[in-house]
Amino acid sequence: MSTVKGKQTSTKKKGLNLLSALRRDRSLYVLALPGILFFLIFKYIPMWGIIIAFQDYSPFRGIQGSEWVGLQHFTALFDNPDFALLFRNTLAISLLNLILFFPFPILISLGLNELRSVAYKRLIQTIIYMPHFLSWVIIAGLTLLLFAKGTGLINELFALWGWPRVDILTNPDSFWIMVTLQAMWKEAGWGTIVFLAAMASVDTQLYEAARMDGAGRLRQIWHITLPAIRSVIIVLLILRLGDIMEVGFEQIFLMYNGAVSEVAEVFDTYVYRTGIEQGDFSYSTAVGLFKSVIGLVLVVVANRVVKRLGQEGVY
Amino acid sequence: MKWSERIGQSLNVVTLGLLAVVMFFPLYYVFVVSFTDPGEYLQKKIVLFPERWSVEAYTYLLSTPAFARSLGNSAFLATVGTACSLAVSSSLAYALSQKQFHFRKILMFLIVLTILFSPGIIPNYLLVRELGLINNIWALILPALANGWTVLLMKNFFDSLPAEISEAASIDGCSAIRTWYTIVLPLSMPALAAFGLFFAVGYWNQFFAALLYLNDSAKWPIQVLLQNMLLNASNIDLVAPGQQVETPPTEMLKMAAIIVAILPVLVVYPFIQKHFAKGALIGSVKG
Repeated sequence: MSTVKGKQTSTKKKGLNLLSALRRDRSLYVLALPGILFFLIFKYIPMWGIIIAFQDYSPFRGIQGSEWVGLQHFTALFDNPDFALLFRNTLAISLLNLILFFPFPILISLGLNELRSVAYKRLIQTIIYMPHFLSWVIIAGLTLLLFAKGTGLINELFALWGWPRVDILTNPDSFWIMVTLQAMWKEAGWGTIVFLAAMASVDTQLYEAARMDGAGRLRQIWHITLPAIRSVIIVLLILRLGDIMEVGFEQIFLMYNGAVSEVAEVFDTYVYRTGIEQGDFSYSTAVGLFKSVIGLVLVVVANRVVKRLGQEGVY
Repeated sequence: MKWSERIGQSLNVVTLGLLAVVMFFPLYYVFVVSFTDPGEYLQKKIVLFPERWSVEAYTYLLSTPAFARSLGNSAFLATVGTACSLAVSSSLAYALSQKQFHFRKILMFLIVLTILFSPGIIPNYLLVRELGLINNIWALILPALANGWTVLLMKNFFDSLPAEISEAASIDGCSAIRTWYTIVLPLSMPALAAFGLFFAVGYWNQFFAALLYLNDSAKWPIQVLLQNMLLNASNIDLVAPGQQVETPPTEMLKMAAIIVAILPVLVVYPFIQKHFAKGALIGSVKG
C-alpha cells in the first residue's frame, strides 16, 4: 500500500489515486462524516444566512424571495444614537475586565505557587475552581440573594447595624464594576490553571541557585517565576485584546434591568432585543455582523502579533 | 528563615484563605439557609448557622411538578447531549488526526474559521426555526454537538497517541471506525472524561439556547426555570392552583433551588477534578 505521491504525477493520475485512496480509507471518511455534516449545517449555513443583513428579510418570502437593500441596515445602525452607547458599554466592560480581571489569576497563581503545604494548596484550588462550573443564571441569582436592596444579605446586615440600605444592582454607577467583580468571582480561580502549569515546569534548581546567591522570595518571584510565565501572560493578554468586542453575553443579559439599560446594553443584548423580541431580523443580523467582523479583525491581528513575538499562536 | 520572609509567608497564607472564603461563602450561605427552619429564617433574616434544621423548602420544591420536570429535562440534555457530543467530536477529531485523510488541511482551516467568526444570534435562530426545531429539546443538542475548539484540542490529543497503534490495527485488518471505537477511545479515557465534563456542564448550564428555542414551559431545562424563579421573581407553576400547603419563604425556596441545580456538578466534581486541570491544558498553551 503506497501513499499518494502527488507532486510528480499527472493530474489524471492524481485523481485516480485520490479515488482509490478514498475507497481504501472509506471507513475513515465515514467516521468523519457526522462531524463534517455538523459543521456544514450548524456553522456554515448560518454564515450563508448572514446575507439577510443586506436584505429586507421577510420570513414568508425566505432568503431567496426577499428584497436586497444594500448597506441600508448598516447606515441605520451608524446613524442610531444607540450605537455610541453600545460601543461605549462594550468597551468599558471589556477594559475593566482587562485592568481588574486579567492580572488577578496571575497574582493568585503566584501566591499559590509560594504555598508550602500541598494540602492547603489543594484545598484552596478546589474551592476557587468551583464557581467556574456554575451557570450564569445561578451566579446572577446568588448576586441577587446577597445584594438585593430589599432582602439581600448585605442589606439585611446593614439594616441590623442601623446603616442605610444600599442600591447596587439597579444603580447605573455600580453596574460595570459589579459585572467585572462577578466575572472575577466566577473565573479567576479557573484562570490560574494555565499559569500554575507554566510555573510547575520551572526547574527547581533555579530557585536553589538563587537562594545560594542570597535572593529572597520576592526576588525569586521577580527573577524566576515571572519570567517563566511571561510568554503565557503575553499570549493571553494579546488574545484578550483581540476579544475586546466580546463581553459575557449571558451575564450581561441576566444582570440587565430597566434601571441600568443605559450602561448595560451591549451589542449582543441589543441584537437579541431588536431581533428576537422585535422581529427585526435583517437589522439585528447587520448589527451582529458588524460586531463579528470587528471581532474577527481583532483576533487575527492579535494572533499575528503573538506569532511575531515568536510565540505559538492560536492557529 | 528571616522574619520578613516569615511575615510574607503568613500574609500569603491568610490572603489566599480569605480569597477562598469569599469564593465559598455565597454557596455556604445559600446551602445553610435552604436547610433552615422557615420560621427561624423569617424571624432572623440572617442565618449563618441554623438552630433548627429543616428540609421543608426541598420537599415543597420537589413536590412541584414544574421543578421536577425541568430537572428531568436537564438530566436528559446532559446525558444524551454529552454522549452525542463526545461521539461526533471524537470521531471527527480522530479522522483528522490520521495522515491518510485527504482534505484534512482544508477541513482544519474551515473548523478554525468557525472559531474566529460567528455569524451571530439571528442566523442561528433562523436556521433552527427552518429546521422545525422550535420547541423541540433537540434544538439544544444538535447545534451544540461540537465546536471548533474541542475538535482541535481532541485532534491534538489523538496526535499525541503513538501512530503505531492505528497502523498496527489497520494491518490487522481493523477499519478506522473499529480502531477508533475499540482501541483509541479506551486509551483516551482521561481526556474523554475531561471533555465529557465540559460538555456535560455546558448542557446542564445551557440557558440562552433554551430561552431562544423553547416557548413551552414543560420543556424548559432547570436553568430557564431558575431564571424565572430567581430573577423574574415569578412563582408561576410552582404553586399548583388550589394547593393548600404553607409555603416556605420565597428566598428559601430560591436558595433550595440553587442547591438542587448545582448538586449534580458538586457530586461529579471530586471524581473528575484530577482530570480536568489536565483536560483544560490538553493542546493549549505549553508551559
